[in-house]
Amino acid sequence: MNGEHRISRRHFLLRTASAGAAALVGGRVSRSFAQDRITLPFANGERELVQFPQKRKLILLTHRPPQLETPFAVFNGSVITPNDAFFVRYHLANIPLEIDPATFRLEVKGLVQTPLSLSLENLRKDFEAVEVIAVNQCSGNSRGFFNPRVGGGQLGNGAMGNAVWRGARLKDVLEKAGLQAKAKQVICDGLDKPALEKTPDFIKSIDLDHALDGEILVAYGMNGADLPMLNGYPIRLVVPGYYGTYWVKHLNLLTVVDEVFNGFWMNPAYRIPATPGACVEPGTTPTSTVPIARFNVRSFITSLADGAQVPAQGETHIYGIAFDGGSGISEVLFSSDGGKSWRAAELGRDLGRYSFRQWKITFTPPAPGAFELKCRAINRVGESQPLEPKWNPAGYMRNVVETVKVSAA
Amino acid sequence: MNPSLVKPHLLALALGAVSLPALCADVVKIEIPPEKGAFKTGPGAEVVQANCLICHSVEYVSSQPPMGRKFWEAAVKKMREKYGAPTTDEAMVKAVDYLVATYGTADPPK
Repeated sequence: MNGEHRISRRHFLLRTASAGAAALVGGRVSRSFAQDRITLPFANGERELVQFPQKRKLILLTHRPPQLETPFAVFNGSVITPNDAFFVRYHLANIPLEIDPATFRLEVKGLVQTPLSLSLENLRKDFEAVEVIAVNQCSGNSRGFFNPRVGGGQLGNGAMGNAVWRGARLKDVLEKAGLQAKAKQVICDGLDKPALEKTPDFIKSIDLDHALDGEILVAYGMNGADLPMLNGYPIRLVVPGYYGTYWVKHLNLLTVVDEVFNGFWMNPAYRIPATPGACVEPGTTPTSTVPIARFNVRSFITSLADGAQVPAQGETHIYGIAFDGGSGISEVLFSSDGGKSWRAAELGRDLGRYSFRQWKITFTPPAPGAFELKCRAINRVGESQPLEPKWNPAGYMRNVVETVKVSAA
Repeated sequence: MNPSLVKPHLLALALGAVSLPALCADVVKIEIPPEKGAFKTGPGAEVVQANCLICHSVEYVSSQPPMGRKFWEAAVKKMREKYGAPTTDEAMVKAVDYLVATYGTADPPK
């Protein structure tokens, strides 16, 4: 790295969106409706930007249940995703719109020694408060880029975010209740409910060895504030390294059971092919599936959008982020020639193995013309990103090496 | 969201209270902006209007990629069988025809 252009770590971390064409990152804002519309780069990708309560204008995927995607420029602004920009994903139409924190309770029941009914005050005062910086990412983040296309929420790359979560360890809560010997899983339910009685309630289960590993939080804090209502106020599960489907919002019931829970949202929903890379031949159905679990490795250029122009003379500082399911990012490689040659980017401050890791590199075009910029992250156990996209019928876990085409003029 | 004039924990400190006074915590209340989208007009629109909108807004349909009949048949079937949509056999046929004609695409030639 050229020392002259190296920026301080603090600056690296706290840098604002002024660097790069941030306003254009992650999808082209159409000129005629610059304030209210964005076109995600796939067929039928036109979206409205809409403001929901406690949120800034976000990309509207669906209104009811609410699904809102973070405009990609936000990821260039800060390594921590602000609460009002954090994506929203519900499954069921009857979401809580009013919660009294004084009367809210988290019930812990099932195969426990002592069933609990915990107030928010109990959670804050009776358990050690723990903080973790962790990415939450929707299983179907980037589904709109699948080819052949698949049904489901047609998301760009914005159904992810990185926050400082604060709460009590799930382990401590379960141990306070005391587990019976037969206990095998904990079933997690929140206040959101279906519109129809016949629709399966959104309930997830977690194996006890995972629930007791001390990493999962019953979180009441997000970036130093209460959780926004649409992100699960007053408490949600934070399951670092795991897809958002497990991060149950408005968590109000934990039930310890002695079997593998097989409700709709564990099976058949949120399953991935039981194959290496969780993929099958495009257009085919997997023969066996397993519940989706940890994130694979991903990385993005955040400071330049597809189609951006960079100066042909001199250097362009390129910024990005990388993350994985908890091994931690060890290296990010960058290519400006479509993947023919690669060089290592400078990594930003390590905020923990579950956080976005920022990176930066300097790009000096050898001549005016078109360039394909790519980035590829590698984690501490040697896992990386494929050069060609993998495919599965639900459109989960996209992690191909992304390409940003720019022109130097 | 109700404005918070006094943060509960500050009030608790001021009162020298050991525990948080339950009545002081603010109720959090939000209002979702009104839905704007509507199904496009066409034969069968009344069927999707009556069945689909019970559980979700129109973008669940309108944001899907251009897909053929097989896709829409599977989607409607899933809504009835997995999510409990109260859709009759007759309504299912009408819904699929409407969705293919309005939001779908012709199946690729075999």
